[in-house]
Amino acid sequence: MPRVSKHNGWFAAIGFLLPCLTGLILFNLIPVAGAFTLSFTDWDGLKPIAPKDGVPAFVGLDNYASILGGDEFWRVLRNTAVYIVLYIPLILIASIAAAMLLHRPYRGVSVYRVLFYIPVLTSWVAGALIFKSILSPEYGGVNDLLNQFGIRGPGWLYDPNWAMPGIVLASIWKDMGFFALIFLGGLQGIDSSYYEAAKIDGAGPWRRFRHVTLPLLSPITFFVTVICLIFSFQLFPQVMIMTDGGPHGATQVMVERIYRYAFSYFKMGYASAFSFILFAIIFLFTWLQLKLQKKWVHYDA
Amino acid sequence: MKWNGRQWKLLALCMLVMAVLLAGCSGGGKSSGNSGGSSSGGDSGTARNNEDTGGSGDKAETVTVKFTNFSASGDNEKYLQQMKEEFEKQHPNIKVEIETLAYDDYFTQMQTRVASGTAPDAYELNYENFVSYAKKGVLLDLTPMFAGFDTSVLNKNALEAFSTDGKQYGLPASFSNVVLFYNKDLFDQANVSYPTSDWTWADAEQAAEKIRSLGDNIFGIYQPIQFWEFYKKVQQNGGSLMNADMTQFTVDTPQNVETLQHMVDRVLKTNVMPTEAQMAGMGDWDLFKSGRLGMLVTGIWAFPDFTQNITFDWDIEVEPGNTAKATHFFSNGLVINKDSKVATAAFEWLKFMSASREAAQIRVDAGWELPAVNYQDVLDKYLQVTPPNNKKAVFDSLNYLVTPPVVEQNAEMTDIIGLHLQAARDGVKSPADALRDAQKELEQRIKLQ
Repeated sequence: MPRVSKHNGWFAAIGFLLPCLTGLILFNLIPVAGAFTLSFTDWDGLKPIAPKDGVPAFVGLDNYASILGGDEFWRVLRNTAVYIVLYIPLILIASIAAAMLLHRPYRGVSVYRVLFYIPVLTSWVAGALIFKSILSPEYGGVNDLLNQFGIRGPGWLYDPNWAMPGIVLASIWKDMGFFALIFLGGLQGIDSSYYEAAKIDGAGPWRRFRHVTLPLLSPITFFVTVICLIFSFQLFPQVMIMTDGGPHGATQVMVERIYRYAFSYFKMGYASAFSFILFAIIFLFTWLQLKLQKKWVHYDA
Repeated sequence: MKWNGRQWKLLALCMLVMAVLLAGCSGGGKSSGNSGGSSSGGDSGTARNNEDTGGSGDKAETVTVKFTNFSASGDNEKYLQQMKEEFEKQHPNIKVEIETLAYDDYFTQMQTRVASGTAPDAYELNYENFVSYAKKGVLLDLTPMFAGFDTSVLNKNALEAFSTDGKQYGLPASFSNVVLFYNKDLFDQANVSYPTSDWTWADAEQAAEKIRSLGDNIFGIYQPIQFWEFYKKVQQNGGSLMNADMTQFTVDTPQNVETLQHMVDRVLKTNVMPTEAQMAGMGDWDLFKSGRLGMLVTGIWAFPDFTQNITFDWDIEVEPGNTAKATHFFSNGLVINKDSKVATAAFEWLKFMSASREAAQIRVDAGWELPAVNYQDVLDKYLQVTPPNNKKAVFDSLNYLVTPPVVEQNAEMTDIIGLHLQAARDGVKSPADALRDAQKELEQRIKLQ
């Protein structure tokens, strides 16, 4: 048998990996390392970088200290938390419900699957503008609908208490199809013999759902929750278009602040530090979720 | 090996996916890179001209000046093109490459380009960004190039607006200001006499209330409660946002509180001005154009739009003041990149755009803002284009102009004040509390030298 040298394998592997690795290094790793360095400077994002002229100047941990020590960061974190607490339960419920509806093989079900997915394909700008008009307190469709039931609709995007729920509404409309599709895949992976066994044991639809569907869906639910959490911390286009951080700062979130500091206030170093703090927070939550998954995620053998 | 039908279908599907991906990526790239942008002079031309600019000392060689702007975007690109052609006729050895970007993306792009060293030779800046850029030292000092340039043709206020720390960093591209627009038909319906140049806040309020009572959907006046209106309105009441030498904020003085109370009462007490919810996302221009607004305080750049789209009778007047009159003065500046290799040629182009009679004439004929010049014959021609009939008010307003308080951290300051004004406007805080909180936050976050 011819001897296969260990090195031969390495060269071939690197050759095949190189195109992908190059992209990763050039467009991901190097910029991230650059941003990390910038977070320790006071660069204004405008003057061309010339280290020998002292542009930018190193300020050590000053950026981090002023972010964590100031009120704005915690206020913005609280706004993001409000979004997360509202969004994640609702998107999970909505997606699983949609997936259950699309699961049964009735006529025209593929048309409905496409319809549910279309919002995901639209651009956020278009979706946000439409929702801004639907949520208009005096002329919008949502308050019109509520009026039919005799409920007086709130001021939505003009009311500091209802602006974030309005954004949550738009986000659920937009993302529901995407996660419904993922859950659909999960549902179709559940062996029907489990349901038959449950029916034989006399379980009604709700018990079947709670004790068969949900546990067997839990790997998918875990995946969806991790992704949703990461995306929620990165909330941005809806805020910029629907409320621009208003009314009076009620919907200012982390990425919106990063954008402002970087591009409006000429404080690129500060914005860099802010984004790395955001990264640390997302990392922490994801790590926590991975640790907790043993407690509630049921992996089918 | 011959492929069977399934493999052909798979190949076709792969190619379709590739095509869709490519189309999607390139479409996205185009729209993010150059929304509303246009550039004259192709890429091959740039490569050739770059070699020429290496020898910029030699007059016989063609020099290319790269110029980026935002104010021509929309309908005015053809007028900028006219200016470029006239300029190139007069200066056969200078070629101008124009790039026009939409306002919304302009400053993010410009910031990135300046930071990476790929900024154009000359470009346009609005006033508040001009001050930031000048103070950060990325603009070329134009003072040495003024030798032999008779600056008396330029409007003095406009020229001074673009000097910082005693050095001239820019030339005014154009200027515009803000006046009171009014709907003559609504005034006739409510039996109110038209605004005059002697009107005060009280006269305006009276008229607004009479017009408001014409109907539930008809409003008397609209003047947005935000930073840009506020810094001017306080001066109509003898106050100001900063002290005279710009070393301190004076936001929560009693006169300013009175001013803000007056603006907020219009919305919350008499409702002659619609609340944000009543506006429901409609723009103020649209409200005026729909014939449901008696008076609107907005800029003269609305003239072309209103002339084309309004069917009722309208006119303008100088904005009423209280103890004094104060009006806006807006000007866009033309600057040169400090690291430009063709600075002298770039200055010739900027000088032409800003101060030449030909460029001023093109602007006036097009109705594209006002040239900041003193050529009386050109300005007279401007006065003859109606509506509005009372165009004289545009120049009368110049007598009372105030410039915005501009500091290095300008965007931050504007946002802070804006946020607190919004709180007062929506009735969340009283005007006194809002201004006091604004003063506190400004003192904390804005460094004034």
